[in-house]
Amino acid sequence: MSRAVTATLRVNGEERTVAFPGHHTLLEVLREECALTGTKHGCELGECGACTVLVDGRPVLSCLTLACQHEGREIETVEGLADGNRLGPLQVAFADLGAAQCGYCTPGILMAAEAMLREQPRPSRERIAEQLSGNLCRCTGYLKIVEAVEWAAAVRRGEDAGPPPEILFGHPEPGRPGGDAPGRRPSETASSNT
Amino acid sequence: MLRLPPFRLRTPSSLEEAARIVAGEGPAARFVAGGTDLWPNMKRRHQKADTVVSLMAVPGLAELRGDTGGNLEIGGTVTLDRVERDERVQTRFPALARAVASISSPPLRNMGTIGGNLCVDTRCTYYNQTEEWRRSIDYCLKEEGTVCWVAPGSSRCWAHTASDSAPMLAALGARVRLAGAEGEREIPLADLYRDDGIDYLGKRPEEVLSRVVVPAEADAGHCRSAFWKLRRRGSIDFAVLSVAVALWQEHGVVTRARIHLGAVASWPVGAEKAAEALVGRPVGDEEAIREAAKLVRRVATPMDNTDFLAQWRGVMAERYAESALREASGLEVTGLAPNHRLVG
Ligand SMILES: Cc1cc2nc3c(=O)[nH]c(=O)nc-3n(C[C@H](O)[C@H](O)[C@H](O)COP(=O)(O)OP(=O)(O)OC[C@H]3O[C@@H](n4cnc5c(N)ncnc54)[C@H](O)[C@@H]3O)c2cc1C
Ligand code: SF4
Ligand code: FES
Ligand code: FES
Repeated sequence: MSRAVTATLRVNGEERTVAFPGHHTLLEVLREECALTGTKHGCELGECGACTVLVDGRPVLSCLTLACQHEGREIETVEGLADGNRLGPLQVAFADLGAAQCGYCTPGILMAAEAMLREQPRPSRERIAEQLSGNLCRCTGYLKIVEAVEWAAAVRRGEDAGPPPEILFGHPEPGRPGGDAPGRRPSETASSNT
Repeated sequence: MLRLPPFRLRTPSSLEEAARIVAGEGPAARFVAGGTDLWPNMKRRHQKADTVVSLMAVPGLAELRGDTGGNLEIGGTVTLDRVERDERVQTRFPALARAVASISSPPLRNMGTIGGNLCVDTRCTYYNQTEEWRRSIDYCLKEEGTVCWVAPGSSRCWAHTASDSAPMLAALGARVRLAGAEGEREIPLADLYRDDGIDYLGKRPEEVLSRVVVPAEADAGHCRSAFWKLRRRGSIDFAVLSVAVALWQEHGVVTRARIHLGAVASWPVGAEKAAEALVGRPVGDEEAIREAAKLVRRVATPMDNTDFLAQWRGVMAERYAESALREASGLEVTGLAPNHRLVG
């Protein structure tokens, strides 16, 4: 009944022509056809936010949308946040502050936060909480997540703000997420999204 | 992975064609807009469809505009996020902005549409479960079963209305346009609903909700409105109760009022007697408000089919009605804060 369709999807700036059953969700196609497993599957019913990606810059739950309806649109996943092997400010802030514990919610939260920071470089704490209110995290208690987003926002604005280095994980250089020392820490060179 | 069952997706480019496909295929076909209600329901096999007809490619259906008479026209596929952020909605219909902003979560509001929200399926604890769970209780009336587990002696389904925009738009006196295979008709939004958990929409299956018309006379220049929503968490959760009120006044006296409730009946039930109790009384008359709130409680028929105890939701219907009416009357609001969202 549902035929296989062939579609060209633009994911993280790269065109991919993939064939998949027409009733498959964007989540299924990203993970199974595009092998982009950074996008997680949690509830698959819209309740947890683990599968959040950006479509034309706005957050979308990939578990509740059909892949075939996304031709010609700009899809962004967590894999697109890094520039080559250099992680983006949000990623570094999450890693260094311990805002990711088991990490399952992290890709979805990063994408929801990314969408907000592009529109609003200086979000209030309440705005951050509101933006992330569709994303559940069972580990962190959310405080570190909010702090990491605030820190990444400051870095993106070019401010030299940040938590005291002694509270950071790893081997803190002066705390600058996405700073100018590529390869200084494993978390900044390896993609931790699989 | 929790996968959708296979179906054929159609993407018509006109309202007539959309209506014709569904009219031709009968119950085996369904519309989809944002899919944030239909896809979860199909994944859990509550709702079935061989053909799914997407409305997202119909031109003009995603328009939000003011018409010449000062009414606001919201196209069926305008996303909730656009309604919530629209400056005209925020300044002219602030309670509508609040009701819409209280729905689901930011990504879901970016996907879900106003038409989908008005047609959203009714909900019940015995229904919104996995297929295995439902099979283990032999389903219920809303599916293939023979019993209503909420009221086993009842011959009807008591699943409750889940839409937050419906009670608000009904209170504002909005109208909806329905486009069928043979043209369009316009009806009061309140008439779109039926007091039945299964057959909850009073429209033909092939009719597309093409537009919501919010009347100029209900804007902030003429009318004071408020929306209060009760739920466990400030996001994601559906309402277990919502109260929408709209008041019109002249020289400090209430001339007209409308009160509609969400989540405590199978439809966005109107509390007409309560509204009548306010008419002719001074705006902000605390005794009139208390009287009206008591009458609101009488029309609420909460059942034990969602979060929290039904009886408590009934008590809260009175409390929230009082608070919403106080807010709309410009009185200080005490007691519980409305759980609209994390940020007001
Ligand atoms: C986790 C979660 C939380 C939610 N919380 C809330 C909440 O708090 N409040 C709330 O109100 N809703 C909530 N929802 C339900 C849903 O997201 C919204 O109601 C949303 O607005 C539905 O819109 P949609 O476009 O996605 O609908 P769809 O899923 O596309 O459609 C819903 C139904 O309406 C029909 N339909 C859609 N558009 C039209 C049209 N134009 N004409 C005729 N029929 C049409 C479809 O056939 C389908 O039966 C929640 C959903 C989830 C998954
Ligand atoms: S109210 Fe009764 S019939 Fe309706 S969904 Fe619930 S258990 Fe089923
Ligand atoms: S997996 Fe999509 S919201 Fe949970
Ligand atoms: S870090 Fe484990 S769920 Fe968020």
